[in-house]
Amino acid sequence: MEETIRTILAEYGHLPVPMDKIRDGDDLYQVGMTSHASVNVMLALEDEFEIEFPETMLRRSTFESVAAIRNALGDLIEARAN
Amino acid sequence: MSDGPTFRDELVAAGVLVPTASDGIYGRSSVYEDIVAGLEGLVNATAASEGSAGYRFPPVMPRSVLEQSGYLSSFPDMIGSVSIFRGDNADHKRLIEVAQSGGEWTSFLEAADVSLCPAVCHPLYPTLRGTLPEGGRRYDVSGWCFRREPSLDPARMQSFRQHDLVYVGDAEQARQHRDRWLQLGAEILDSLGLAVETVVANDPFFGRVGRILAENQRSETLKYEIVTPINSAEHPTAIASANCHLDHFGEPFGIVTADGEVAHSCCFGFGLDRITLALLRTHGIGPGDWPAAARDRLWP
Repeated sequence: MEETIRTILAEYGHLPVPMDKIRDGDDLYQVGMTSHASVNVMLALEDEFEIEFPETMLRRSTFESVAAIRNALGDLIEARAN
Repeated sequence: MSDGPTFRDELVAAGVLVPTASDGIYGRSSVYEDIVAGLEGLVNATAASEGSAGYRFPPVMPRSVLEQSGYLSSFPDMIGSVSIFRGDNADHKRLIEVAQSGGEWTSFLEAADVSLCPAVCHPLYPTLRGTLPEGGRRYDVSGWCFRREPSLDPARMQSFRQHDLVYVGDAEQARQHRDRWLQLGAEILDSLGLAVETVVANDPFFGRVGRILAENQRSETLKYEIVTPINSAEHPTAIASANCHLDHFGEPFGIVTADGEVAHSCCFGFGLDRITLALLRTHGIGPGDWPAAARDRLWP
């Protein structure tokens, strides 16, 4: 999952630094991800993982780091399995 | 809900606003227009003292601006696109037949390359492609905007006027422009006798993704509004706003600072129709009876 998240961020995050320089906990907004880019990341994640972020997760903090995205996806995929 | 006449009823009864078949599209009386002209004079004088370059664009703009500015993706529910007829004689005959029978004649139209202008500063940015002078530039633009929000609230018109003070240049000066105009704007509105307050705000971005955009805008305090009561004290109405765009326009329109960076921009906008309504609400429908201080500012 981690690899896929990073691939999506590389394609849609429009980050000014390469993904291999970004650690799991780094604040992607601080690094330079704009809000419009974060929306494209969200839509790409939904397509790739075949999930839909519920309204409660449509927040800035959900997409603020690789770790935050992984946690959010983990919750959604687990909920789908149950 | 009170059963008494609404503010809209009062404006219509006094002939200040003339309603039409489409909600939120009004004719304005000369009393109303004199107030708008007074406001324009006040804003023009302040803008000129700052060395702003003044431009006036028409209420339609190239449709490409709607796409490049991001307005189409963020506010698809508000846009207005111009449709035109390009058929032949046979199409014309059918068009008339359908129209005369009360049918949907617009199916004979196609979209032109122009759209209605949603924000008065938007037509400016494509004209700035290239490198800005050292220190950036200030602009003063005023005109008509269209947003598809039919409503009986007179403060939510579909067709209305904004007067925008724009800075394009580096990030730091864009913030300073925002802060200075928030203060200047509040002073101007206060001097007219309006009870104003400056609050953090967000744009009404469309749909699911809009929630994230709105939250980001708030958490980065990119947008402020100056509000005053028009319809209610609990829910005051925005009559002016300041928006830091970061490089949202600099990037797609290829605007670069003298240092070679992608330009940032910031816009402070006076909502001319809403300020006019706020004045009529606060001081009464007859400007002849308004406080001398407000009259002297508007009509020196």
